[in-house]
Order: sequence, then C-alpha cells, then structure tokens
Amino acid sequence: MPKLIIDGAEMDVEDGLTLLQACEQAGSEIPRFCYHERLSIAGNCRMCLVEVKGMPKLAASCALGVNDLRPGPEGQPPEILTTSPLVQKARSGTLEFLLINHPLDCPICDQGGECDLQDQAVAFGVGTSRYDENKRAIENRNISPLIKTIMTRCISCTRCVRFMTEIAGVEELGQIGRGEGAEITTYLNKGMLSELSGNVVDICPVGALTHRPFAFTARPWEMKKTESIDVMDAQGAHIRIDTRGGKVLRILPRENDAINEEWITDKTRFVCDGLKNQRLDTPYIKKNGKLRPATWAQAFEAISKRMNNIDGNRFAAIAGDLAAVEEVFALKTLSDYLGSPHIDCRTENCSLSPDGGRAGYLFNTTIVGLDKADVILMIGTDPRSEASVMNARIRRGVSTGQTRVGLVGAQVDLSYDHDYLGAGPQTLVDILEGKHEFSEVLKTAKNPMLIVGEGAIARSDGRAVLALAGRLANDFGMICEEDDWNGFNILHTAAGRVGAMDIGFLPGEGGLDTNGILAASETGNMEVVYLLGADEIDVQRLANSFVIYQGSHGDNGAAIADVILPGAAYSEKTATYVNFEGRPQMTMRAVFPPGEAREDWTIIRALSQALGKTLPYDNSMELRKQIYEVAPQLAAIGQITSEPISSLRELSHEAIRIQPTPFVLAIDDFYLTNPVTRASVIMAEMSTLKQEMNAEQAAANSKGMVQTHG
Amino acid sequence: MARVAQGIKSLFLLEFVAAFWLSMKYFFKPKMTVNYPFEKGPLSPRFRGEHVLRRYPNGEERCIACKLCEAVCPAQAIIIEAGPRRNDGTRRTTRYDIDMTKCIYCGLCQEACPVEAIVEGPNFEYATETHEELLYNKERLLEKGDRWEREIAKNIELDAPYR
Repeated sequence: MPKLIIDGAEMDVEDGLTLLQACEQAGSEIPRFCYHERLSIAGNCRMCLVEVKGMPKLAASCALGVNDLRPGPEGQPPEILTTSPLVQKARSGTLEFLLINHPLDCPICDQGGECDLQDQAVAFGVGTSRYDENKRAIENRNISPLIKTIMTRCISCTRCVRFMTEIAGVEELGQIGRGEGAEITTYLNKGMLSELSGNVVDICPVGALTHRPFAFTARPWEMKKTESIDVMDAQGAHIRIDTRGGKVLRILPRENDAINEEWITDKTRFVCDGLKNQRLDTPYIKKNGKLRPATWAQAFEAISKRMNNIDGNRFAAIAGDLAAVEEVFALKTLSDYLGSPHIDCRTENCSLSPDGGRAGYLFNTTIVGLDKADVILMIGTDPRSEASVMNARIRRGVSTGQTRVGLVGAQVDLSYDHDYLGAGPQTLVDILEGKHEFSEVLKTAKNPMLIVGEGAIARSDGRAVLALAGRLANDFGMICEEDDWNGFNILHTAAGRVGAMDIGFLPGEGGLDTNGILAASETGNMEVVYLLGADEIDVQRLANSFVIYQGSHGDNGAAIADVILPGAAYSEKTATYVNFEGRPQMTMRAVFPPGEAREDWTIIRALSQALGKTLPYDNSMELRKQIYEVAPQLAAIGQITSEPISSLRELSHEAIRIQPTPFVLAIDDFYLTNPVTRASVIMAEMSTLKQEMNAEQAAANSKGMVQTHG
Repeated sequence: MARVAQGIKSLFLLEFVAAFWLSMKYFFKPKMTVNYPFEKGPLSPRFRGEHVLRRYPNGEERCIACKLCEAVCPAQAIIIEAGPRRNDGTRRTTRYDIDMTKCIYCGLCQEACPVEAIVEGPNFEYATETHEELLYNKERLLEKGDRWEREIAKNIELDAPYR
C-alpha cells in the first residue's frame, strides 16, 4: 500500500489505483472529460492534471498509477497537489484549448444544463476567449435514428468509441484524422445498430451525441425525475423516468452495480413514445362485433352478466409478460374465489414449474456471480437480445480471458468470442456423455455455469431439456454447496414471469396450462378467458370464448376482446416486479394512467366486487401484506433470497426423451417484444432498419464479401 | 415683541401677499401635467413595459427556445414548449406563453435572453377588459414585436454602451 500526501493529508491507498482514484478517495475533486470509471484509460483530454512534487511537469492523474510514484530522496511519500495555482492555471488553459473549437451554442444544445463542459467551464474556465480565428466545423453524421450528432461540439474524448468497442463489443464507432481534423465517425458511414448504442449519449461529456427522439423537448431542470425499474426485459435495470406535465419524456439509467452497472438497452431507453401511442384510455365493450367505448360500470355489468353462475371450470386466466405481482396475485385470488384452477403465466408454454423449488426457474448465479464464472454453457439462448446489459457483463469476462463461452442453439453474434457447439439437444447429450470436446472444458472449470434460454424449454420436450440441463449442472459440478456456487440458470425474457411464478400463478389441481386453455377455448369448453396483458399468445384460438382483456395497450389481446379494461403501464403504477435473479423490485409511478385507465390491481378488486366475490383488501398495503404471506421473499425489496440448492438435484432425475430439432430463439426481433414496444414508432423504425441491415449483410455474405459486425 | 410682529403682519397682509406671490409664480411657470393620452412623459431606454418577441431583419424569429427566460422568471409567468422546426429542423418554440398578470416586470427574462428575442418594450398601454386578453401567446408576442421593433432597436442601441 503506497503512502501518498494528497493536498497535505497523508494517506495509504490501495495498490493498483490511478492517481485520480486516489485523489477522489482523499476527497479532492478532479475534473475530467475522457476518464470514465467503466472504460479503459485514454488520457487525452488533459483536464485531470495534478502537480506531483518533484516531477518536472504536471501529470495526467487518470493515467498515472499510484505505484508508479517514487518517494522523495529521504524516503518521504510523494506529495500531490490538486488545487495549487499551477494546477488551476493548467485547468483553465486546457479548457481554453477545448473551447477553441467548441461552438458556443449552449442555448440550442440539448446537453445544456447537464453538460460536463458547461459545468467545468463555469468552475475552472477563464470566462473569456482570446481566440479570434475561425472555429473548426465538422460535418454531422447520420449514424442512427436514435442518436443525433452535432460533431462540431465533439471534444475528442473518445468515450463513445471506447464504450462501443469495450462494452457493447461492436466496433461501430472510431476516430479518424488527427489534430484539428480528428473526428468520430462510423465505418464507411454505416449506421450504429448495437442494442446498447443509446448509452453513448449518457457518457458523452458534451452535446455531440444526444437523444434524437428527445431533441429540443425539454431542459433537465424542468423535468420531474422518478426512480423506477425497467420491464422491457427480465433483468430489471434501474431507470430514471423523466416526466413533464404528465408525459414521459425520456428514460435514463440509474447506477446499480449488481444489475445494470450504468447501462440500459436502447429498447428500455427509447420505448417512451410507446407509452403514449395506442393506449387504452377507456373501457370498451364489444357490441355487434365492434368495440364501443363504455363506462366502468357498463363494462363490469357486461362481465358480471356473462359470468353469472358460471362454473369455475369454465373460467380461465392468463397473465402476460408485463403483469406485475400485485395484479397477478389479485387475479389469482379472484380465480380461487370463482373456483377455477385454470390459471397460467407461462404464455410461451415453457416447461418451468416450481416443483424444483424456486432455484428451478431462477438465474441462480446472479448477475454479480457472472464475474466469477470461468466457463459458461449457453443453451438455446441469445443473451444479447434477451438481456443485453447482462451480455455486456459476460463480454467483460470473455475479453479479460477469464470466461469461456460455449453456445448450443441458434448461431448468433454474441459480440464476443465463443465456441459454437451445436444446434440442438443432441449436443447436450453428447456433452453429458463426454463425447463432446467441450466436456473436458467443463470438467476442468472451477466455476462452470449454464444458461438455459426460454427458446430451449418453450418446446414440447422442454421438460426433458430442463432435466438434461439439470443433469449437466449436477455432473459437471455446477452446483456446489461447499463453495456456495450455483451455476444453474434460467434466463427469462418477460419481466412479469418470475413474480407470477413466485406467487404461484400456475395451473392448480387439474388445471390447464396456457396451451390447454387455448385448446379448451377452441373446442368451446372455456366460456370466459381473462387475459391480464397477455398478448404473446395465439389470440385467434380464443375466438369461441368470452374474452376479458385487461392491459395498457391496444395490442393482440385487445383485438379479440369482448370487454376491454384499461390498465396502467409500468411507468404509471407502483408495482413489484421480480427479475430473473429472483430480486423483487418496485417501479414507481411517474405519471398517472391516461383517461379512465386505472392501476391494474384496483381494477380486479373493483371487478371482484361487481361479481359478488369481493377480494379481501382495500389498499395496496393490505394487498402486499397478503402477497408477502404467500411469498415472503418478495418482502425483501432489492434483495436476493438465497434458495436451497438441493431441490435442483430432483430436476436431473426426470426421464430424458428429447427431440432432435434444433433450438429456436425466444426473441426473434429485439426491438418488438411486448405491447409497449409494438406501440412505439421508434422501435418499429429500428426493427425495420435492423432487418434491412441483416438482409444487406446476408446478401454481402452470399457474395463472399468480408463479414463485419452489424 | 411678538405681538408687534404679529401686528405688522396683519396690518400689511404679508401672509396673503406671500401666498398670492406663490400662486402667481406657479401660474406663469411651465405646466408639470401632461395631457395624457395626447401627450406623454419621457421614458428611459431601459423602461420595462410590455413584452415582445423580436425578429431578425430578414424576418427570422430570434427565439431559439433555450428556455433560459422560463428558468429565470421569478413569477413563473413564462411557459415554453420547444421542438425541431418542420422545414429545417432547427430548435424553435412551438409554444411561448407569457401570463402578463403573473409577470412582475423585473426584466430578468430579457437579461437572460442570449439572442435579445424577448424584450420588455416601451409600451405600457395594453390594459384590457378581461384577464384572458393578458395571456399572451407566441403569435401575439411576435406581432407586438413587429409593431415595436423600431423603438426597441433604438432603445437597445442607446443602452448598449452601459451593458
């Protein structure tokens, strides 16, 4: 532990820190532009200069390790000054140089008010300019429908280039030219289509890269900020929803090292226009084949008339991907009261069940645990589209050489090197029997883990694949009680799934699962089907039933509904979602639901009263109290409750009867996965663009051209 | 002694004469009152009257929707909504409202404006019969700006040396 004197205070600092980090720990603030905690060190902005006594010149503190400092002649610790007149002069000089070519267009810049350069110019700048010559101007690039570029504002910190290369793993951005001619650009003016591209806007210290859909909409100081949770994928990234006047204007990431670090996907970030399009803002009742607006009383009357004295066996409920724990629990209670066992939340018909305990359907290793894994076997999954931010974390392990990844399933570009092992379950059998060369890799691994995607188990032999995975986990030491290592992971794609399974929204005694409900409806055996935001099912099969659709958007489910009850989107309710690790988290209401729409559980509560089966809770506190009785682990908001590993052993005892068909991916279009994204114009645009790019690339590949990342 | 002085004052009507003198002095002095509205008093170039939104000489509106006036307004009388202009995508206001009944005429908005778009002009005669008429929108402010441009430009020029 080297000893340093920072601004007169002597202190011991950890080995391997940079001088900048050491100064931060000592409480001295060092201004910076190019340095970023999660990126590699570039050392090109020169803003972090500090004075090290004995050195002939000022040192860039971000690029100087504390171990590189030498003690003085008498062995006294190196002395660092961060506020000396020399340092202050250097800072204002650096800023003057940076501002030589930076346009003074703060009034029309979207970064204004949250701009690093603006803040630091106020804090350390000289206030006037001595530069009379012409400023440099750089042509703007149309690099993405999501990111607006004003390249003249760029100060060449190269944070965006480093982010795209190191974190997103696609070499889409680069810097060309040198000196005054240096500019950031994409390769041959190609577009940026990485699923993490939006993050470059956050890390850009100036207004060179800004949100295109948000352009000119609002200033940071006039928006209300609500800290919430994302539901676009099952990772549950921490987000901040910025609103003004009841409208969601933008969504930004919040820092959380255990989940999303400080990144979010483009889907999470730019889906906010989907929150105002296609909204259901009033109840609808189908009359003569057409949906007509109605009042809540009329809608409830229509339902209670249809459900009068209904046999519980002829009522079914399906919970969709974005349903939160509260409404799912309320619907389950209602189904119990009606005497129906036909409830299911697994709309993709996957074979998960709580039989193997909670550990049987969770991502047990946890996202933090990925940092320890050395071999990862991916089964029928594409984490890049199913949990993009987590994929960036896996990528970090791979790029440091610590982690080795094997993929079974569809061939996808994971954005890092991996061994492609095979397409279907037969490969898994080979690995299990030691016939595959990857068996050796798994055997010698210290912390091996496997990730089962929904694509691998949402098939008729899903249970067998799951058992196969369980056997793999057991045989290759992925489940190890002594080391507290659990390498058995299911990667969910729907934010509501784990929560719904936690409170047991699954077929009861003699109950039908989603497929069974649909089949029963086709044969006319299911009179009433309640869809709680369930849009990912084949709704046409429900034509024979009376369908009650409760949801936020006019999507697939609403199209065939007989009664529509307008619910709230995730930005409009305070609700619990459990991410794939089993971590319960609460969204916060940022705006009110539009029109007559209401918070979802209150709708079910009101309906239960109209049906004469009043649910036993009047407010969310009472409701949550009952939820926590059923699933006590949900009471620990933000915490992962460790699950007993032993139950996973049961999984592997099931008979394995597999089909040779290859695995298909659970998500075929990253940008269009749920009702909110399907209502978003930006997501539709991105989806078409991606398809075009893929088609172009396929055409180029077939011509034998060199393949590039796309 | 005092009685003697009192006697002299009464005898020669001295107080009456002094009062009469004062009356006559003001009778022949130039008048202080102005025949408003036909005559008006002088105004400083810095006078803070009714707000206007100005244009550049080529007719382009000056306001770039930076929202600094909205941010600085202590009475929160200004509401701005911005967006890219349809024809060229530049940053413009889609809505610019001032509630003249909320405004306290402090002049901070014109101080904050980086392009001298919002200016408190010399006009103070805009009393209305209803409250609604004092809720100015962008069209109204621009129209006022066109009407007062000559006076405002001159005022700004006169005040420029002191800025």
